Amino acid sequence: MMSKSGGWLAVVTVLGALLLPFWAEYAGEPFILDVFIRLMILAIAASSLNLILGYSGMVSLGHAVFIGIGAYAVGIPAYYDLNSGWLQLAAALGASGCFALLTGLICLRTRGAYFIMITLAFAQMMYFIFVSIEEYGGDDGLVIYSRSEMGPGVDLDDNSQLYFLVLFCLIAVMILIHRLTRSDFGQVIRSIKINEVRMQALGFDTFRYRLVCYVISGMICGLAGWLLGNFTGFISPEMMDWTRSGELIAMVLLGGAATVVGPLLGAGIFIGVETLLPEITIYWHLYLGILLIIVAKFGRGGLLGWWTRWQGRSRP
Amino acid sequence: MDSALVMIQVLNGLQLGVLLFLLAAGLTLVFGIMDFINLAHGAFYMLGAFICATLALWLDSFLLAVLLAVPITFVIGVVVELGIARQLYQADHLEQILATFGLILIADTLVQMIWGPEGLTFALPEILNGQVRLFYDVEFPVYRVLIISAGLLVALALYLVVSHTRIGMLIRAGASNRRMVEALGVDIRMLFTLVFAAGAAMAGLAGLMIAPITEASIGMGNEILIVAFVVIVIGGIGSVQGAFLGAMLVGLIDTLGRSFLDDFLRLFLSHQAAETSAPAISAMLIYILMAVILTFRPQGLFGVRSS
Repeated sequence: MMSKSGGWLAVVTVLGALLLPFWAEYAGEPFILDVFIRLMILAIAASSLNLILGYSGMVSLGHAVFIGIGAYAVGIPAYYDLNSGWLQLAAALGASGCFALLTGLICLRTRGAYFIMITLAFAQMMYFIFVSIEEYGGDDGLVIYSRSEMGPGVDLDDNSQLYFLVLFCLIAVMILIHRLTRSDFGQVIRSIKINEVRMQALGFDTFRYRLVCYVISGMICGLAGWLLGNFTGFISPEMMDWTRSGELIAMVLLGGAATVVGPLLGAGIFIGVETLLPEITIYWHLYLGILLIIVAKFGRGGLLGWWTRWQGRSRP
Repeated sequence: MDSALVMIQVLNGLQLGVLLFLLAAGLTLVFGIMDFINLAHGAFYMLGAFICATLALWLDSFLLAVLLAVPITFVIGVVVELGIARQLYQADHLEQILATFGLILIADTLVQMIWGPEGLTFALPEILNGQVRLFYDVEFPVYRVLIISAGLLVALALYLVVSHTRIGMLIRAGASNRRMVEALGVDIRMLFTLVFAAGAAMAGLAGLMIAPITEASIGMGNEILIVAFVVIVIGGIGSVQGAFLGAMLVGLIDTLGRSFLDDFLRLFLSHQAAETSAPAISAMLIYILMAVILTFRPQGLFGVRSS
């Protein structure tokens, strides 16, 4: 997939991303750093959704639940003054992995529309559970007073250090997904999307493959939640509301499903719209809605799809 | 736990069940026949509430407002079907989700543009404000009895239409095999419009009935819609009977769980433990029910089509 120009583009993007905090400090615009931290965290979450939705055809409408679980894995230990980042990270990955495993065992027995609704229902279940636990703030959410402590030399309270951590995680996740989807495992997963019965006939235990894929995806999204909890310093059940999951789907499809870069582009478009449009009109959701309908109707392959088709036309 | 309180909570559960049914019936038919996942179905619930509230304030008559608001929601349903939904039947589920998610954003914003960000409340007429004595010592608000009766009446009417008329026969046939109905020369597009708009009207009715109790507010349909999805998954996609049974089960279990689970848990757990765990567990009950039913019957209780 990586053409020569694509490779250069990637190098330039990473270099630009590495220099951004210095530029933000120089230009005196720390706000820009916040925008990009959020963008990259959402890109991680969207990438994890892309792994099941794009590559293996499992349309989950409850993926934001893993963001919530990851974020509460920061918030609940912090509530008891357990600020070790490694412990919180382990909790985030462990809890989201367990949740993915347990619900996956039930969800993955079903197909198509049933799968969509069941993932949705389980996410909503977690939403209401956290709403009902008053100890951790219930509906009002929980303030995290201290960001994760990662050990000597690392201070996440410094926004640019958090920025580099998020950037590191994003690059790691994108490389992981790139490698994973091109491995034997990835081949099986992609083939299941195309024709599951044939894969079963070839002797693959497709349920197990899909389950592993679902758990990996959930854990990556849990990582995004861990970062988001640290970044916002405030968590609430609203983070796992189903409209958040809808936004993640929108990001994947806006950028281009089943591509490594697509979710990052989609998150970029989404954050761009979310940051710029409200300056023009308070009714900006209207235009976002229209954009989503247009993408659903005409936007096969998202931005990346348009780009490749346009390139194909200009270079016959 | 006295019996009067149980009675009242059972009635509250029925009320929730009836509202869920009105939402789920349209959802399950649209889904069963057109294979169309409409996340924006809750928008009709919201529109019904806002339109009825506005009319009630203008006309100063709740009855007139209801009689006008339901047909108006029906017409909006026709317009949405012809204008937007129809384009999406051929799309895959993923695109339908994206587009109808966009529709939700549009509907919520339009409501905000027309009615402003605040919710809309209106008072019920005097007659509906009282209590009614149902049994020797159980008092229950008249209006809630009215909601339950209206919902049950609609359910009965829908059942009669679906199972005893020609249109109903086509609807059932469409739910189990759309292609075959088309091949037999039925104008399925007309049927789609009709079913979609009827679903919208029922959702609107549910929304306007609950509006005097809660209020008409932006996004009010989005949360209950998810529960309606649980209902149709439990009942089986495409089945009206399934939607009814599922709605009643979910309504009763959710309401009774929230009211009595802590008393029940106190039988085995310490007071403290029961107090803290009951709210979380009662929030999970309907989803556990769904998981259990799906484990044994992946196509739901009355599934017309297998998953």
